[in-house]
Amino acid sequence: MRFELTPRTSVSPVLRALAPVAAFITAFLIAGFVIWLMGRSPVAAFEVYVTQPLSDSWALQELLVKATPLALIAIGLAYCFRANFWNIGAEGQYVMGAVLGSWLALTTHGTEAGFWVLPAMLALGMVGGAAYGLIPAFLKTRFGVSEILTSLMLVYVAQLTLDYLVRGPWRDPQGFNFPQSVTFDPAATLPPVMEASRVHYGTVFAVIAILVTAVVLGRTLFGYRLRLTGDAPRAAHFAGFSARTTTMAVFAISGGLAGLAGIGEVSGQIGQLQPSISPGYGFTAITVAFLGRLNPIGILVAALVVALTFIGGESAQIMLKLPLDLTQAFQGILLLCVLAADALVSYRVRLVTRGGGK
Amino acid sequence: MFSRSLIGIAVGAAALAVVSGGAVAQPKDKIKVGFIYVGPVGDHGWSYQHDVGRQAIEKALGDKVETTFVESVPEADSERAIEQLARTGHDLVFTTSFGFMEPTLKVAKRYPKVKFEHATGFKRAPNVSTYAAKFHEGRYIIGQIAGKMSKTGTIGYVGAFPIPEVVAGINAYFLGAQSVNPNIKLKVVWANSWYDPAKEADAAKALLDQGVDVIAQHTDSPAPLQAAEARGKLGFGQASDMERFAPKAQLTAIIDDWSKYYVDRAKAVLDGTWKSQDTWGGLDAGMVVMAPYKNMPDDVKKMAEETEAAIKSGKLNPFKCPIVKQDGTEVECKGNGALSDEQILGMNFYVMGIDDTLPQ
Repeated sequence: MRFELTPRTSVSPVLRALAPVAAFITAFLIAGFVIWLMGRSPVAAFEVYVTQPLSDSWALQELLVKATPLALIAIGLAYCFRANFWNIGAEGQYVMGAVLGSWLALTTHGTEAGFWVLPAMLALGMVGGAAYGLIPAFLKTRFGVSEILTSLMLVYVAQLTLDYLVRGPWRDPQGFNFPQSVTFDPAATLPPVMEASRVHYGTVFAVIAILVTAVVLGRTLFGYRLRLTGDAPRAAHFAGFSARTTTMAVFAISGGLAGLAGIGEVSGQIGQLQPSISPGYGFTAITVAFLGRLNPIGILVAALVVALTFIGGESAQIMLKLPLDLTQAFQGILLLCVLAADALVSYRVRLVTRGGGK
Repeated sequence: MFSRSLIGIAVGAAALAVVSGGAVAQPKDKIKVGFIYVGPVGDHGWSYQHDVGRQAIEKALGDKVETTFVESVPEADSERAIEQLARTGHDLVFTTSFGFMEPTLKVAKRYPKVKFEHATGFKRAPNVSTYAAKFHEGRYIIGQIAGKMSKTGTIGYVGAFPIPEVVAGINAYFLGAQSVNPNIKLKVVWANSWYDPAKEADAAKALLDQGVDVIAQHTDSPAPLQAAEARGKLGFGQASDMERFAPKAQLTAIIDDWSKYYVDRAKAVLDGTWKSQDTWGGLDAGMVVMAPYKNMPDDVKKMAEETEAAIKSGKLNPFKCPIVKQDGTEVECKGNGALSDEQILGMNFYVMGIDDTLPQ
């Protein structure tokens, strides 16, 4: 006896749209049950996790702050994943973007450098991330090396490079040998969108990136080319699309956006280079990209939802004294439910009682 | 994880002036105290000991206090968690890792009425105090024990990051060992993490493979000690008494005891006497405590107890001059017959005889 998944011939768009909603409800029910088992009120937990953050202007701003790097990186990953290239190394591209962009901030530190510093830093951030993303792309097209392995391993190279820089040549001479750079000058700081807010201009870049991507993927030949390369590489080849150019392009775009996220966080949020500049945004963004089904608007929503689980998780620890493990388990449950709902919409589950088995 | 500095002291002095001349603090009936931990409370090391301190506050002050903690907060994304505590009515917030320094200061600026206590940092503000412990005093004692107990003549050290606090610990450990065994060799491996039991264990195994038979570590989990136990070698507990993880291997442990400090600071907020200050306590202040000396002959135990008493009474300073750097140059003696606090807190060199290159 076994289960078999057979593709459904036609899937109603309504069902497809409702799938994530059903997934969320299921995830909340499961999490609620666990919280109930722990002897706590699931209703209070729901309120702390969801209702409060969404009804409080401070928490809403924090939501945007947290969602910004996730959305920027995930939207870039959508290009790669649509074309079926597995860039697992966005974390490294994020770091390298931050490193290259920060180089300018540190070089111009204490000088009378003008308004051009910040735009140049952002551009360098994108260049750094893109160049770093091109390494696995090159290794793949030239030597056929799996990009999954190379992009992932390059993450550690990037992190250790940053580590070396902040402990060595870029260490703040006034910092008593602590591994951190000087604090960036105002000219090298990405300003907040509003006075006294933590939401910086990176959020605007993320929105722009999402809108542009929606047009590119939906309405241009390049978008079609990515889909075709992903779904039917041979057909793409016959259509005259060079796989090499496609690979290079998607890795450059994806790396560039990750690099922009990196320099945005360092310049707008942290204000200096330090050994750790990301709590794993590059990896969480992979989850975000898939939760959003590689669709730009979906990614926007997914980034906000994932950010909500982080903020709600902290609130739950503070207000309800619920453990962090529960938040992490909830994130896992949510992802599983969304993927399961997707699978159930696209496939029919059949119970096979005879035949197939041994 | 920490340093003090002239700048820091200046800032602190200015802060004190502001506090004493300005706002009048009011006694309170009940306070909320929040904690930010860099690791999980279950690390059985660094964060665990801070949580022991949190529980001590609850025990000492009963229903006059409510405590909260947020665990495993990434340093690069800690500002929000700190602010969450500040805006949910916490009167006193402890941020317990060096990497929380800048975020703590940023949040403190926005919430001038909330008091902050940052562990191991060097920047203060009118509502931000700093505190740390002189762990290197304990390191000197375990160094002496290691020097006596090693049969191979090679001892090991698993370091987290090459920051001054860790480097000072390695030097004190080595100086202790050298004081009882002039030919002792020391090997160092970096885990590049405060808490990563798998990496910590790998680092310890690498040391054991190189002939090390006594291991000390400056990371947060019991993994290196457990690795020593598994191979029938010896080691030390770090941050908390880890005897239950390695009953045969643990010689002693350097325990961080924050309880008294935390209770005092919470009381100060209750009384309205809290002031921004800097605290650096060692064995004498009870911030650093040695676990019972075990698994060693009586003469070694006696030596360790005597050294402990000598450091406590101020008779012995692990960094008494002359201190000679690896390259043979002598360090200028800026303290009273020993290195000054600033020199120890900014230490970025190995002492002569350490068989390793300090990552720069």
